Amino acid sequence: MKRSRRFRSSAALLAATALALSSCAESQRDDSDDESDGSGGGGTFVFAGSAEPVSLDPFFASDGESFRVARQIFEGLVSTEEDSADPAPGLAETWEVADDGLSYTFNLREGVTFQDDTPFDAEAVCYNFDRWYNMPESAQNDEYTYYYGTLFRGFATGDRKDAAVFDSCTADDELTATIKLKAPFAGFISAMSMPAFSMQSPTALEKWQDDGANNPRTTDYSTAHPVGTGPFVFDSWERGDRLTLKRYDDYWGEKAIIDTAVIVPIDDSKARADALRNGEIDAFDLVGPADVGPLESEGFQIQNREPFNILYLGMNQKQAPLDDLKVRQAIAHAIDKEAVISASMPEGTQPALEFIPPTVNGYTEDVATYDYDPDRARDLLEQAGAEGATIEFNYPTGVSRPYMPQPEDTFNVIRSQLAEVGLKIKPTADVWDPDYLEKIQGTSDHGIHLLGWTGDYNDTDNFLGVFFGGESSEWGFDNPELFDALREARGLPTVEEQTPAYEEINKMVMDFLPGVPIASPVPSLGLSPDVSGYEASPVQNEVWNTVSID
Amino acid sequence: MLRFALRRVGLMVPVLLGLSLLLFMWVRALPGDPARALLGERATPEGLARVTEAYGFDRPLWEQYVTYLGALLQGDFGNSIKTGQPVVSSFADRFPATVELGLSALLFAVLLGVPLGYLAARHQGRWLDTLAVSGSLLGVVTPVFFLAILLKLVFADTLHWLPTVGRQDARIDATHITNFYILDGVLTGEYDAAWDAAVHLVLPALALGTIPLAIIVRITRASVAEVLHEDYVRTAEAKGLAARTISRRHVLRNAMLPVATTIGLQAGLLFSGAVLTETVFGINGVGQYLFTAISQRDYPVLQGYILFIAVIYSLINLLVDLSYGLIDPRVRTP
Amino acid sequence: MSTPSNTPLALVVEADGAPGVSLWRGAAHRLLRSPVALLGAAIVLAFVVVAAIAPLLTPYEPGSTQWAGEVSTSSVPGPSDDHLLGLDRFGSDMWTQMVFGARQSLIYGVLSTAVGLTVGAALGALAGGFGALGGRVGRWIDTAVMRLVDIMLSVPSLLLAVSIAAILGQNAYAVIIAIGAAQVPIFARLLRGSMLGQGRAEYVVAAGALGIRKRRIVVSHILPNSVGPTIVQATLNLATAIIEVAALSFLGLGTADPAVAEWGRMLVAAQDRFDAAPRLALLPGTAIAVTALGFTLIGEALREALDPRTRR
Repeated sequence: MKRSRRFRSSAALLAATALALSSCAESQRDDSDDESDGSGGGGTFVFAGSAEPVSLDPFFASDGESFRVARQIFEGLVSTEEDSADPAPGLAETWEVADDGLSYTFNLREGVTFQDDTPFDAEAVCYNFDRWYNMPESAQNDEYTYYYGTLFRGFATGDRKDAAVFDSCTADDELTATIKLKAPFAGFISAMSMPAFSMQSPTALEKWQDDGANNPRTTDYSTAHPVGTGPFVFDSWERGDRLTLKRYDDYWGEKAIIDTAVIVPIDDSKARADALRNGEIDAFDLVGPADVGPLESEGFQIQNREPFNILYLGMNQKQAPLDDLKVRQAIAHAIDKEAVISASMPEGTQPALEFIPPTVNGYTEDVATYDYDPDRARDLLEQAGAEGATIEFNYPTGVSRPYMPQPEDTFNVIRSQLAEVGLKIKPTADVWDPDYLEKIQGTSDHGIHLLGWTGDYNDTDNFLGVFFGGESSEWGFDNPELFDALREARGLPTVEEQTPAYEEINKMVMDFLPGVPIASPVPSLGLSPDVSGYEASPVQNEVWNTVSID
Repeated sequence: MLRFALRRVGLMVPVLLGLSLLLFMWVRALPGDPARALLGERATPEGLARVTEAYGFDRPLWEQYVTYLGALLQGDFGNSIKTGQPVVSSFADRFPATVELGLSALLFAVLLGVPLGYLAARHQGRWLDTLAVSGSLLGVVTPVFFLAILLKLVFADTLHWLPTVGRQDARIDATHITNFYILDGVLTGEYDAAWDAAVHLVLPALALGTIPLAIIVRITRASVAEVLHEDYVRTAEAKGLAARTISRRHVLRNAMLPVATTIGLQAGLLFSGAVLTETVFGINGVGQYLFTAISQRDYPVLQGYILFIAVIYSLINLLVDLSYGLIDPRVRTP
Repeated sequence: MSTPSNTPLALVVEADGAPGVSLWRGAAHRLLRSPVALLGAAIVLAFVVVAAIAPLLTPYEPGSTQWAGEVSTSSVPGPSDDHLLGLDRFGSDMWTQMVFGARQSLIYGVLSTAVGLTVGAALGALAGGFGALGGRVGRWIDTAVMRLVDIMLSVPSLLLAVSIAAILGQNAYAVIIAIGAAQVPIFARLLRGSMLGQGRAEYVVAAGALGIRKRRIVVSHILPNSVGPTIVQATLNLATAIIEVAALSFLGLGTADPAVAEWGRMLVAAQDRFDAAPRLALLPGTAIAVTALGFTLIGEALREALDPRTRR
């Protein structure tokens, strides 16, 4: 089964014809940006990600690479501010929340059409919400619908139906849609900015998508026919090789300057840097810490995102002597975070005070801190009777995450710091996927370990709740007080009410010290000097309509 | 001869059946849960249970194997757990990349190796011979991945003469019919695309072709040297035949049989090197994907790919053995 | 005769040859006169000595990362008075790592080849012995063993090693067993092939005619006379094994500690610091190649010395 380009080009021809017709029909529309219609800009923008997208239907995706593509093709009701994770108008220009937090009214943008000419209106919005809610049970799992399942807590059917937060969507008029919820959901607006909840064309979904398919990620829609309202239309996808997008000439907003965007997967960060140097790509994501300096000095652009992640050293309290608070404090005092950062993270990375980055709601500097103090660490170990104790140190290999660009180096520095205060370290490495995760999260067979998390949208529960929401084999402790506090905070109807609650929880966590938050590494993008207009975003809401190549 | 060939093909059936069983047991012996590989960092126990059930990993092993074998006999190798893509089509997509790489490496090795070996044999003990012999020794002992890294660092990363990654420039919008990129470019008349694909192959082919090159040089040299000492060559010389006629009619033809066998053997061995070369040069071929599948516990891909490779590998070995049979009839009765 | 071996080096050993004690004596004599053999021996000797006395050659512990603080993402300190070859990426002393890397390579190479040789030779002797004995049972055992070997041979050797290492996890045993297992079919086919060849040799036929029991012929004549090529192959395989151990590390299947002194692993770790410190990659890469060269030279010289044709 080979994907024949002839087939594809005829499909593209059809699409182009449709586009041409539609642009004739709407040529009288106010067009503030004439030059992108042909004369100015143009060219191909080649971007290297670290892996292949999983699904072109973002609803069935939960990985960054699928979302990167989705951001170009699709838009959600809500967008984010340019340099933060805060909500901003998207396909909805404004919205109102009822006082009880159970009803949201969205006022939609006028004159928006999907790339297949289906009008974007309240009906389309409700089509999307109803589709999500009514997912067949075969798709109701963490594999395919992680974000909906986690955030909306359930579907119309299935064993989680009683927990479902969504109630109904009504089209009040053409441009007004009201969503009713069964329970308050303070993060609702923030969540709507996630690519998983992009608005997709009902016509295209009807025609190409099959939500009930054995694997909804391999349907015609999810591999070859995604249709949204964004500045780029899907062109082709040669698996493992490249994914090509073309400019959507009837985009409602600022039209793209480049003609074509190509996304290629290169898994090794050094290989991405070399490809940029060699002019094979124009930009890439996740610059390795060792490449930042050299690339900059060679005249390439490095753009840093505001970090929206956290790396921590977890401690398993099921393993002695880690159940002793004094030992945990000793380990915290033994770690020189600055040195860890300089050996294994990009320049500009700040050490972490708590388990969320500063940009997340509920962050407070008013928590217990544990400065680098080896003598203090030795004292504490002595008090605990744990001098010279042997501690197993688990770390992953074969992985690079935004919060953990070089785990081997991070492990190595922390190991030598812990050895410095007299602890004996037994290194245990496992391949990241799935051995390491399985060992850390599925068993109690680990001591201290490296792990972290990258936030999806601005919601504190997306960090703290994920880590400490209940008893887990990762941490091996039972702290009902903490679990209750988190459950309560999650149920509060507004973000304003959540802020003080999460500040309290952060203090509670840092007193209890289940692990040592290390840092929030700065994720960087590398760009060729010829590229301009690329706007980095902390939640990777980076749309390439503003990008141009000289 | 034909009976020998048929018998050998027939022998492949139990070998492959045995392999499919061993493979099946092997992938399940791999530590690590494919469900967790699929769900990643924050998999919930319910999610894991659902995936495990959906893929039938909780059923008895023999039942899973029977199901697998049944599907296999209908040509259904299953779908990748990670991407959902059918194993057969994902193999078909990637195989051309590996073949293209392997063939160009072999071509490089043969085109350079045979003349070099021949010349070395004709000029034994002279500087060309010394150079060829010591050069080929170096070629044999240099690890493929070390050579690949060095080539890439020098010619791509430092000199910027050649591309570092992939099979074709992303800015070229080429038509792909067969997925053999060079062939596609020629077929469609997109010669720039064909050229670009060829340029992308230079470094990987050099890296992968060096060991076969070294071996071919050595075998050719030894084989030609031996033939040169044979009585009939001396007789021909004594008869006053022109040196060129002797070398064409007697030496080359007689010396080439072992060389041809070696070339066939190397073709099979290229698979091992391809895993490493594809990894270094980011080539989306069978080797690289297979390696990823191992770390991701992608059972169907692992089983299917290794079976495919084993079939191809066995066929190549069969061809080699057949060519042996041509030279030495005794092997037909083992 | 069987198909030549499956080693990537494919340094094929001929399985025929007239045997005898004098063969070995003559071989030793020729070896001592061969400059190639002497060069190979010199390299291997140096390698073995360094590996053996590694702790005496450096004041530091292997894998110690006590200078981790001096290394940053963009710079790795170069050679100095304290550190002959500078530091490596993890803040270990590069010289110490290189020296102990030799030890690691030697141990892994020898042990994995020993595993391959033992298991492979056992299988080969079983198949070859019963094959030479003949009879229905003998042939059946021969066939069964060789089918197993065929299955192993149907998968490229590095792939086989990677597969096995993936099951056994990240530890030293996994590497040794994986590399060893990948060599099993080579030795098995080689020994069986040469035993069957011997079985048809004239002296065996003659012994059979004299009424000596077949089992005794197999054990006391055929087997001892068939080991020559196997030993040569083992020497050559040491080179391959050292390279394959490095290849497994390269693919991320080596031992658990990132700072462990292993050449293949050092080479991988050095890759993304190449701009800052190319020596970190060049040193271990060259070391692997030179060591492999030493074993190859010895193996080749040994083969030539044992090859009856060169005695003409």
